[in-house]
Amino acid sequence: MSDVDPSEVIARARSFADTGLAPRAAEFDRDERLPADVVRTMAAEGFLGAAIPARWGGLGLDPLAYGELTEVIGKACASTRALLTVHTSIVAGTLVDLASKRLKEKYLPALARGERIACFALSEENAGSDAAAVTTTYTRKGDTFVLNGRKKWISFAGIADLFLVVASDHGTTSAFIVERDAPGVDTRPMSGFLGNRATHIAEVAFADVEVPAENLVAGVGAGFGFVVNTALLHGRYSIAWAGVALAQAALEEMCSYATRREQFGVKIGTQQLVQKMVADAVTNVAAARELCRRAGRFLAPRTADAAMETNIAKYFSSTIAQRATSDAVQVLGGNGCWSGFPAERLFREAKILEVIEGTSQLQQVMIADFGYKKYARKN
Amino acid sequence: MHDEAVVNMADVTVADAAANIRAYLRENMTAFKDVELHDEDNIFERGFFTSLFAMQLLHYVESTFDVEVPDDYIVLRNFSSVRRLADMVADLKSPSGE
Repeated sequence: MSDVDPSEVIARARSFADTGLAPRAAEFDRDERLPADVVRTMAAEGFLGAAIPARWGGLGLDPLAYGELTEVIGKACASTRALLTVHTSIVAGTLVDLASKRLKEKYLPALARGERIACFALSEENAGSDAAAVTTTYTRKGDTFVLNGRKKWISFAGIADLFLVVASDHGTTSAFIVERDAPGVDTRPMSGFLGNRATHIAEVAFADVEVPAENLVAGVGAGFGFVVNTALLHGRYSIAWAGVALAQAALEEMCSYATRREQFGVKIGTQQLVQKMVADAVTNVAAARELCRRAGRFLAPRTADAAMETNIAKYFSSTIAQRATSDAVQVLGGNGCWSGFPAERLFREAKILEVIEGTSQLQQVMIADFGYKKYARKN
Repeated sequence: MHDEAVVNMADVTVADAAANIRAYLRENMTAFKDVELHDEDNIFERGFFTSLFAMQLLHYVESTFDVEVPDDYIVLRNFSSVRRLADMVADLKSPSGE
């Protein structure tokens, strides 16, 4: 059991977000890099191990507290929040759920302390939503697996020490932990993204990379059905909260601006058409946050329905984040279109959420299928 | 919504587990597949479910039958039919499996 007080952790996160992240987020975005001191602070504060159980050295926050932490960090800086999503939610969360005891002991304590940074190497040139179409291969060779292939658009691959890699052997998909310094691993930074610009996105090439058999996550053939799904479940939960974070930030921007800015001799916040945008944002942020909390309650005991509840939360919050940030740009007018104000960055970051960890269209397909099963009258 | 009851299966039989699993799969099959589900059917190969459903099945098995599925059991084959799922549950509930 963890003796960590979640409210104290979140208070520390809020302090760091207000002083160490929010004032610098535009700089991170412009420079397309997260400074090392930010990663070090996230590690030193224990945030990178926030959702990892105490027995592996983490803070052991439950999904609700971890979600709130994600919102606090994400409201200040989307790229720093992405480090939580990738390192803590996706990779560490998947190892906690599926890795052997030996693999947990090997990697989780260092991940919990943030001494090593991990990323999720799934996407390829032609394998995104169709994750089963990965062309990176593995073959068994004695006590090792040998990996060959190329991954693309991998967040934090530029600075990560460990890669959770999904590969295929003639249609059998498996997942492995690959260390950066393994011979044959090569990364190449990528640039020019709409958002998440400071997430050290890179291509990763594997050329005859030998991976110890113990670094297989779950069993051979568990790669897509179990590992990818578990990773995406954790990732979607994080992205759902990221949507709340961006929408809340946009709401605060538009309210602050609308109560100060005058046009035609009155504050623009008194205009009913502006009030409509503010009212919608207030309502949608509250609704999205409650959907995230609801998903968190399903995730805490990990019920079979947690995945669908998380899909619903992710779909809704990323949708309303796009709308709220778009409205923030609208309320700020010319200033909303300029990097001197946060609104344009929030707008770009929100669009990313409708694409990553399963596009909104994929969420719609899955949610509709759930709806038919649950709500179609049988007779 | 989504209430789940842990099955008291101290003396679980393969038949007990199979009945519960069969009902769960039927409840979760796509609304557009009006077909019979046999215990030996490979639910993924026959298109009743995508492998996305595998993880949901894992959590269903663990929460319903109060077992922890070891990592070396986590392969699609063990989750591919009513029969294989029931056999796995019975195996995990047996004294040597716990």
